Amino acid sequence: MEILNLDSITIKFGGLTAVKDFKLTLLPGELVGLIGPNGAGKTTVFNMITGIYAPSTNRIYFQNRDITGMKPDKIAKLGIARTFQNIRLMENLTVLDNVMIGFHLHLKSNLASAIFKFPGYVQEEENIYQKSIELLEKVGLAECKMEKAGSLPYGQQRKLEIIRALATRPKLLLLDEPAAGMNPQETKELMRFIQQIREGFDLTILLIEHDMRVVMGICERILVLNYGETIAQGNPVEIQHNPEVIKAYLGVEAQYA
Amino acid sequence: MHTVLFFLVYLAQNKLDAYKIRILNLGAMYVTLGVSLNLIYGFTGQFSLGHAGFMGIGAYVTALLVLPAYYKEASFILEPLAWPFTVLHAPFIIALIFSGLFSALVAFIIGFPVLRLKGDYLGIATLGFAEIFRIIANNLPHITNGALGIKGIPEFTNLWWTVGVAVVAIYVIKGLISSSYGRALMAIRENEVAAEVIGINLTFHKVMSFTISAFFAGVAGGLFACLLTTIDPKAFRLVTTFNILAVVVLGGLGSITGTVIAAFLYNFFLEYLRPIEAGFNLGPIAFPPIPGLRMVTFSVLLLALILYKQRGIMGGAEFSWRWLFQFLNRIFNHKKTTEGGAS
Repeated sequence: MEILNLDSITIKFGGLTAVKDFKLTLLPGELVGLIGPNGAGKTTVFNMITGIYAPSTNRIYFQNRDITGMKPDKIAKLGIARTFQNIRLMENLTVLDNVMIGFHLHLKSNLASAIFKFPGYVQEEENIYQKSIELLEKVGLAECKMEKAGSLPYGQQRKLEIIRALATRPKLLLLDEPAAGMNPQETKELMRFIQQIREGFDLTILLIEHDMRVVMGICERILVLNYGETIAQGNPVEIQHNPEVIKAYLGVEAQYA
Repeated sequence: MHTVLFFLVYLAQNKLDAYKIRILNLGAMYVTLGVSLNLIYGFTGQFSLGHAGFMGIGAYVTALLVLPAYYKEASFILEPLAWPFTVLHAPFIIALIFSGLFSALVAFIIGFPVLRLKGDYLGIATLGFAEIFRIIANNLPHITNGALGIKGIPEFTNLWWTVGVAVVAIYVIKGLISSSYGRALMAIRENEVAAEVIGINLTFHKVMSFTISAFFAGVAGGLFACLLTTIDPKAFRLVTTFNILAVVVLGGLGSITGTVIAAFLYNFFLEYLRPIEAGFNLGPIAFPPIPGLRMVTFSVLLLALILYKQRGIMGGAEFSWRWLFQFLNRIFNHKKTTEGGAS
């Protein structure tokens, strides 16, 4: 049974077709890469899956449920989490608060019990705190939990954004250029970390990345987008030798070089 | 802490003269108004300029509920008061609660469409709401007595009420802010897209914050009616919202402690600057009496404070013993390093 099914979706912004007939089926536990030159429509695909945009035609199914046109918070509740290419943290809040916010969508206590601190809520808050600390420890951020999220170095902000996404207990995780701005050492750690959470949290992962070492290193399957159209898909070796892909990345002349 | 406050209120209510009690009453009322505006603007990041409107709704509800029947008959001279307001009557506390609830209901209804707007647009829309309220109040003589306003409202409000309501408002709003729901509100302020993508229902949380904010604005309006004993639509103009906004910004957006300090400072300064309008001598220079000089001085003081402390008195921080300790520590260490540098 597939976890995500994009049934040749198309989105148009005015006269511009940003993504055309995009087909994608993800099986549970898969780690799939989505690559392509700048402006190919990769992030737009993410925005459609998470409900920020609705596709102009055709539908999106998550665990066989039609999620087309649902609001982002509803989709998050069903189990899709993501990170952003340009990191979106709550910069003025503490690192700890940033993770604890991720648990809010599954909060059972109602507003009154939260305001007046009924025992049920206090217990739940304590659980959230413990789980957040556990998550922070996984990425080595537990010591700076009281620092402002915006004051962290870039690489750590990316990690924080990933664990905030994990706090929402997703089944499908969408990572938008997680290695951007990281040095080779950090990138290596990140690759290990992605593998770890995939197994530890039973995740299906869809990944946008420009760093080919990451994509070729951890993805089992890769899709290549160019000008909104899928020009190739296959395993890393097939993609590396696909003439269409080489053309898209390097230009036509490269063939004669 | 509570006993100290209790004792202070007791002392103030019984030992101070009426003028000082009035200033303290206004200060405490501005605490309620400021803290409630801080919830929607400072913590949730939704720029609302409708506070005077919600306050006005509360003031009229309380006035109509506590005004004795014979007074209603006597003072509605433009048009007789419409049924059922002629027979409705409630004790002060019930009237205050109804003021809050009615104000909250209005906020709940307008919140759904209005809170879709962002930033300045939201400010304009909420400002529009407050103006609409004022114009309706002006033109419904059989309910509000039109531009004449309602007079002879019993003076129920004293320091016990104003401080009591302020304490409840702080308790509830602090309880909300320090909970998971409060984190969600701040997440919306920080980054709306990210908040929505991690599963925070924007509409629910914004409307909730707006409604609670309006509830306390309504209750404060009720206190206002029974403090001044007379209300008319002019009392709820933009200037009133601006005063509350100034208190919130002065104290620091997102700081309840700051709002409390600023609310009292604001009202003290407004009153104690009065003597300078009467003319005074500064050394050899004699200043003639200039009406309005008080507001000029006040504005200059406000400007200076905002220039010096851009994020308000508390800069978003809250009072706690730990905060005080760190604050003193910083001052102390700062002195030590400057002394070290000199030697």
